[in-house]
Amino acid sequence: MSREITLQTPLSDSDTTPLRIGDRVLLSGTVYTARDAAHKRLVDLMDRGKPLPFDLKGAVIYYVGPAPAPPGKPIGSAGPTTSYRMDAFAPRLIEAGLKGMIGKGARANEVIEAIKTFKAIYFGAIGGSGALIAQSIVASEIIAYEDLGPEAIRRLEVKNLPLFVVNDTYGSDLYEEGVKKYAE
Amino acid sequence: MKEIDVTHVTETIEHLCIEANTDLGEDVENAFRTMAETEVSPTGKEVLGLLLENATIARREKMPICQDTGLAVVFMEIGQDIHFTNGDLEAAIHEGVRRGYQKGYLRKSTCHPFTRKNLGDNTPAIIHYQIVPGDRVRIIVEPKGGGSENMSRVVMLTPSEGIEGIKAYVTQRVKESGPNPCPPIVVGVGIGGTFERAAFLAKKATLRPIGTKNPDSELEALEREIHEAVNKLGIGPAGLGGKTTALAVHIEMMPCHIASLPLAVNIQCHAGRHKEATL
Repeated sequence: MSREITLQTPLSDSDTTPLRIGDRVLLSGTVYTARDAAHKRLVDLMDRGKPLPFDLKGAVIYYVGPAPAPPGKPIGSAGPTTSYRMDAFAPRLIEAGLKGMIGKGARANEVIEAIKTFKAIYFGAIGGSGALIAQSIVASEIIAYEDLGPEAIRRLEVKNLPLFVVNDTYGSDLYEEGVKKYAE
Repeated sequence: MKEIDVTHVTETIEHLCIEANTDLGEDVENAFRTMAETEVSPTGKEVLGLLLENATIARREKMPICQDTGLAVVFMEIGQDIHFTNGDLEAAIHEGVRRGYQKGYLRKSTCHPFTRKNLGDNTPAIIHYQIVPGDRVRIIVEPKGGGSENMSRVVMLTPSEGIEGIKAYVTQRVKESGPNPCPPIVVGVGIGGTFERAAFLAKKATLRPIGTKNPDSELEALEREIHEAVNKLGIGPAGLGGKTTALAVHIEMMPCHIASLPLAVNIQCHAGRHKEATL
């Protein structure tokens, strides 16, 4: 049976190390949105030794490009995008203090290794359930790269965002284990 | 000859873009329910339940089912006895997409391939025209998300690879796609024609309502066989493990060159979004 755990950002080693693949997590606090283009810019800034638009230490990044907020709502539909496109950048960010990532789909070995080494965590959200996920987002504000439109970096305040632990600090992978269990 | 004002086309497409993105198809919803009963993985069952809940929220709040509201793929089946009036038909189609994505609070996802600069209004639409007998226009809007489209492929098999080669390639494609295209997926398969026609057939195959039979009995058997093989992969709903990896496998086929066996696999996510109207 998988366990249900509530977590509050920012995350530390004492939050991430008890987690195991398959655990359900209800995450509350601040998460930052970033996807392909924003990741490229963040790593470019790091290469040039410039400060980032938000503090990476203990931070959680959600790979999402939300739909526009309709009147009276903080955000539109906001489900995860496929994570592998961020794999080229993720180890750099993890090394610099990033503690959690939220997306969908499997990660490269380099990312899984970085997660293990720096005690980070990769959460899966259910792809294509953006209307449901939006119910857990209480506030949203663009903090950088407004020119990127849906790919801008947003600071989201989330309350009980429903997630699964996909890659834990012990190098396990929920996608691999789950599929192994049901493959014929 | 019948005259159709192109502003009518614009209004129709505007409406279809919003409807396709917020109102999950009845065939998809029925498939979720049926598969939730047969799914053996408890997590898989739960995911199917969440997808049904998501559809209910989307419909109630007129919110997109998924934040990736796609590129707007527009199929225009135009009766040969129609004369379009009051402007440029193609511009009218793009305008419909522009308005639908703006008014429906849908995400704009078109960008420049190199600079990645977002074009801001989700145009241009991807338009497929077909001229058919009669004096009606059938318009289908299929918002196509990037996650599932990225997992799609066209391959030129050799004729000697035959049906076995087709089965093996499609199954392997689904396996390698794993959780990325948002399973349970619809697998559109195009066989024959040329390189580009195979891709078009595969896309067209994703439009067939889930639960309907292929009229060609040979293809129907092949669909069933591939569907079973795919569901044995263990990927399951959201890729978290289970027996429901595909909601359906649909095949469209046409003759090809004696030297070739073109094969295209167009993967569609579990939302299987498309809506249509006839003018």
